[in-house]
Amino acid sequence: MVTQHSTAERRHYQFRRATERLAGAGMVLCTAVTVFFLFMILGYVIYNGASAIDWNFLTGLPLPPGESGGGIANALVGSVLVVACAVLFAMPIGLGAAIFVNEFPSARLGRTVRFMAEVLTGVPSIVVGLFAYALVVRPMGSFSGLSGSIAYAFIMVPIILITSHEAFRLVPPSLREASLALGVPKWRTILGVVLPVSRTALLTGAVLAFSRALGEAAPMLFTAFGNPFWNLNLGKPIATVPMLIYTYATGPYDDWHQKAWAASFVLMMVVLVTSVMTRAFLRGKSHE
Amino acid sequence: MSDQTIDSTFSTGSATRVVHHDTRVTNFGDRLFYRVTQTFALIVILLAFLLVFDLFRGAWEAIQTFGLKFLVGTTWDPVKREFSTLPTVIGTLVKAFIALLLAVPISIGSAVFISFYIPKWLRPIISYPIELLAGVPSIVFGLWGLFVMVPVIRAVQIWLKANFGWFFLFDGPAVYGVGVLSGSVILAIMIIPIITAVSRDILLTVPRPQIEGMLALGATKWESIWQVALPYARVGLFGAVILGLGRAIGETMAVTMVGGNSFDLIHSLFDPVHSMASQIASEFTEATYSLYVSSLIYVGLVLFGITIIISLCAQYLIWRLSKGHVAVFE
Amino acid sequence: MNNGGLQMKDERFRSGEKESRKRDDESRSSKTEPSIAPEQLRLKVEQLNVYYGEFRAVKDIDLLIRTNMVTALIGPSGCGKSTFIRCLNRMHEVTPGGRVEGRVLLDGQDLYGPGVDPVDVRRRVGMVFQKPNVFPSMSIHDNVASGYKLNGIRDHQLIAEKVQKSLKGAALWDEVKDKLKQPGTSLSGGQQQRLCIARALAVDPDVLLMDEPCSALDPIATTKIEELIHELKETVTIVIVTHNMQQAARVSDYTAFFYVGELIEFGETGTLFTTPQKRQTEDYITGRFG
Repeated sequence: MVTQHSTAERRHYQFRRATERLAGAGMVLCTAVTVFFLFMILGYVIYNGASAIDWNFLTGLPLPPGESGGGIANALVGSVLVVACAVLFAMPIGLGAAIFVNEFPSARLGRTVRFMAEVLTGVPSIVVGLFAYALVVRPMGSFSGLSGSIAYAFIMVPIILITSHEAFRLVPPSLREASLALGVPKWRTILGVVLPVSRTALLTGAVLAFSRALGEAAPMLFTAFGNPFWNLNLGKPIATVPMLIYTYATGPYDDWHQKAWAASFVLMMVVLVTSVMTRAFLRGKSHE
Repeated sequence: MSDQTIDSTFSTGSATRVVHHDTRVTNFGDRLFYRVTQTFALIVILLAFLLVFDLFRGAWEAIQTFGLKFLVGTTWDPVKREFSTLPTVIGTLVKAFIALLLAVPISIGSAVFISFYIPKWLRPIISYPIELLAGVPSIVFGLWGLFVMVPVIRAVQIWLKANFGWFFLFDGPAVYGVGVLSGSVILAIMIIPIITAVSRDILLTVPRPQIEGMLALGATKWESIWQVALPYARVGLFGAVILGLGRAIGETMAVTMVGGNSFDLIHSLFDPVHSMASQIASEFTEATYSLYVSSLIYVGLVLFGITIIISLCAQYLIWRLSKGHVAVFE
Repeated sequence: MNNGGLQMKDERFRSGEKESRKRDDESRSSKTEPSIAPEQLRLKVEQLNVYYGEFRAVKDIDLLIRTNMVTALIGPSGCGKSTFIRCLNRMHEVTPGGRVEGRVLLDGQDLYGPGVDPVDVRRRVGMVFQKPNVFPSMSIHDNVASGYKLNGIRDHQLIAEKVQKSLKGAALWDEVKDKLKQPGTSLSGGQQQRLCIARALAVDPDVLLMDEPCSALDPIATTKIEELIHELKETVTIVIVTHNMQQAARVSDYTAFFYVGELIEFGETGTLFTTPQKRQTEDYITGRFG
């Protein structure tokens, strides 16, 4: 069986080879573009922001506008406070619902809840802010850290639910069955076996949700709002880092712009640490 | 899980003894646990309904005043108390779609590269910058966009207008810098990591025998990817794109800072225009009377509605495609 | 139409040269029969060593595959027969870490020679996989045509004719001729495997490699494919890996017995199964292991 290769086939073959090479180059280009943008952003944040970070920046309070100097301590503490409070709300709900969805799978409610969670992750954060405004700020009559926490909690619940659910799904059924076979009641099996086994994944989910909320500015616009002074009272407006970045970035003072970069640097450090931690957890998990 | 007592029967010698084990305590524990977790699950559903309910309640005044004309009118005038949202809806959708146009080829290209062209050990290394980019808060994107990207875009726009200004897309106020183009580009940069990460995961699930089957017929690597791997994965890839679209439509901070602050219908790529999210973000704290606030919440409701519709349509399409003879994912 | 032998760089792999220059090393291997005419020798494997990274999975194979005959590769699991067969169409190098040393001569041309494009090799040497890998996004017609169209053929008439011819060659035409537009995955397992055979036939290969093609199929489908192999060998040289000795006995003209990466014995099927030369062969055939 002899196959003859005509000149038309040869030309097409060259075309195929050229396409192959072009495609390969195109793929590399696409990836390079993506990586390029990361380094652009990270680079500028570090370049513009790192220089403004000093002890005063991290521990001082903002000075009146126009005066240079001062710090963002109130925003740093405020952010942590608001997000921590949000975790307090979101963790039990997300975790509890995830347990329900996975450990009592016959309920149709479970599948609806999981579906709802997926849908809720797509709700724009500004709409969540509106929700918290209507729910808390309006009745309370003023902006407050609490309303901010509720907004963050709303964003965090679906994230925690989904990551926890996935963590529970990974727990082998044999573990549960072994415990039940020993006579341990179901609820103790869940609390005593399933939860500890999946604790790294659960923690990862919580850390992810925490880090995500920390950087969200949109819901804060009309909930926690912002506060140039030191305030730990969740019933009053509270300064948060992302909100501060927005105010400073869109303001008229160069000093504010510089502080916005520096505050972004702080946020980026949190993001970096979170991602490294998440990576480490996931890698550790695969070795187990 | 009903209240039951367990009886054990055992014999010793000629006597038969029946012992009752009281299992009500354990069953009670299980029942309680079930109810507690069920409550949490119900709270999640409650939250969703509460969201919709509150949005409607807040927007009610505007809904009563404007009805559906709100969606098609083009005036947004707080002074004259006339509100309608068509320009910002268009602004949102246009920016989102242009962002998709820019982001999807780059994302899928990167995902193909990571999945098929590099050795296994290199994958997490190359994926890491992409994951980091996905975690950057939108406010930081906005900051970077405003101070670094916008001047570049402005220069590009000025050049485009000078050389191709006859083309309607380039016939606009190039010197602003902020506008549809800037907004779209920053959105594109923001959604590339999401689409890439999900696409990469999807592509890695394409079974090797499929690709090898095409190679065994004498195909080049690219041909096997283009003709077999991508079509095999098309449902999942579509889902990834929709994820990106959802993010692009709902994104607030970055677009507020670089997308422009106008309420007019756009005619060119350089026109500044609000998206729905940026409109709410900018105006909400300035809204001084209740119809104003209510109108803004109405905008939020419309934004929410669009997001939900896209999400549901995507789920439905994916379900339809999966029921066909295309590979199912998850 | 003389090619430059192994000197070609980037030149298309040409075939069909009836060169008699590769006759010299028949005596090298004691496991094969002496002096065969080149036209009868489709594939010649010389000192093939196959690696996964540093691990040598297949050692020092010398093998002759005769034209228009069915050669079966048998042996227990993990003996390297699948690894080996994938070297005949340069698919082993697609596996990460896959490496090959040695020569595989197709009609006198070394498939691993410098400048030889694997893409060309795979057109000449086709493959059917263990589990049918029909492309789910394509119709039956498009599946069969997928390989054929790679060479830029656009003429619908030509393509349709080729599809029909290939489906007939795979004994599938009558069953699918009315539903060519339906997805390839709408067929049963046995039909899908015959679809894969049709797809492979559509590019007119000289050799068809079959890697345990019936292992995922029911007995009826298996019989259909075994009958098909009998017909196919008149136009295509077949090499088949099978873990089923009875199948090898039914279907093949020559059999090679592999064990732990080495070729233990090779010969005419009838002879090998009734009077095996090596102890290991006899042990395997009589079921003492494997």
